[in-house]
Amino acid sequence: MARIGVVTFPGSLDDRDAARAVRLADGEAVNLFHTDADLQGVDAVVLPGGFSYGDYLRAGAISRFSPIMERVVDAARGGMPVLGICNGFQVLTEVHLLPGSMIKNEHLHFVCRDQVLRVENASTAWTSDYAAGQEITIPLKNQDGQYVADEHTLDELEGEGLVTFRYVGWNPNGSRRDIAGITNGRGNVVGLMPHPEHAVEPGFGPDSRLNGRRGTDGLAFFTSAIRELVATG
Amino acid sequence: MPTIVVHVMPKPEILDPQGKAVGAALPRLGFEGFASVRQGKRFELQVDGEVTDEVMAQAREAATTMLSNPVIEDVVAVEVVD
Repeated sequence: MARIGVVTFPGSLDDRDAARAVRLADGEAVNLFHTDADLQGVDAVVLPGGFSYGDYLRAGAISRFSPIMERVVDAARGGMPVLGICNGFQVLTEVHLLPGSMIKNEHLHFVCRDQVLRVENASTAWTSDYAAGQEITIPLKNQDGQYVADEHTLDELEGEGLVTFRYVGWNPNGSRRDIAGITNGRGNVVGLMPHPEHAVEPGFGPDSRLNGRRGTDGLAFFTSAIRELVATG
Repeated sequence: MPTIVVHVMPKPEILDPQGKAVGAALPRLGFEGFASVRQGKRFELQVDGEVTDEVMAQAREAATTMLSNPVIEDVVAVEVVD
């Protein structure tokens, strides 16, 4: 069974939801702690949402220097699938596994809503169970969610197909070119602001037009990684 | 105890929402004549002992690798105050 580590930093909020999502996708969730010096042999890592180290310096900035992140960076460079959600995405940019950065939402407000995304790249470790162009609805909740990078970096992301998710309908934070999530060149590291782990079980996910709280569009993130890990043994 | 002060500002091309919010509030309080506001950060690093070239080099290194994010921020000054 694929073993997926979920890192808890001081201030992580969605670590338990991420672990639950892994179990619902038939994986084994392994709790990792920010001070851990090894990854306990996990096959993939999720950096969950929250406010790691209180976001005191900048969102995600201090986590970069935690002992576990040294291991995660090494493993990611070696090809291990790593998913960063919300604060986890901010950590991935601070640690330079993904380009760009996150600043306060353009309209200055915290946003919490069911967000429609378009899957732009369905060939990453975390998106292979989606189809390119597919629209999914998962919750979004953030204050520092505005994705920024210089024009050259944005052109590179677009040119190499590394924009993985785009906001559809409304850009909730002013992110450049409606970018909601990106991947690295190898496709093993994915970061996004909205929360797939909150849309994995009927009755707890986003509302749909026909059924309240039935949305489970986030589950495919976890099944994608697990299917790939099981296939490669 | 000598103190090294590091000033960090958002890059000019980066929208600074905090500065924008402050700038919009100024006229409401009667402060007219300011075209815009940008808000940065000031770090005070207290030095245990003398500020040697090596200590300054360390402060500059910390300023660019940890205290600021080069994607969105500039280190505009690293200076010693007594």
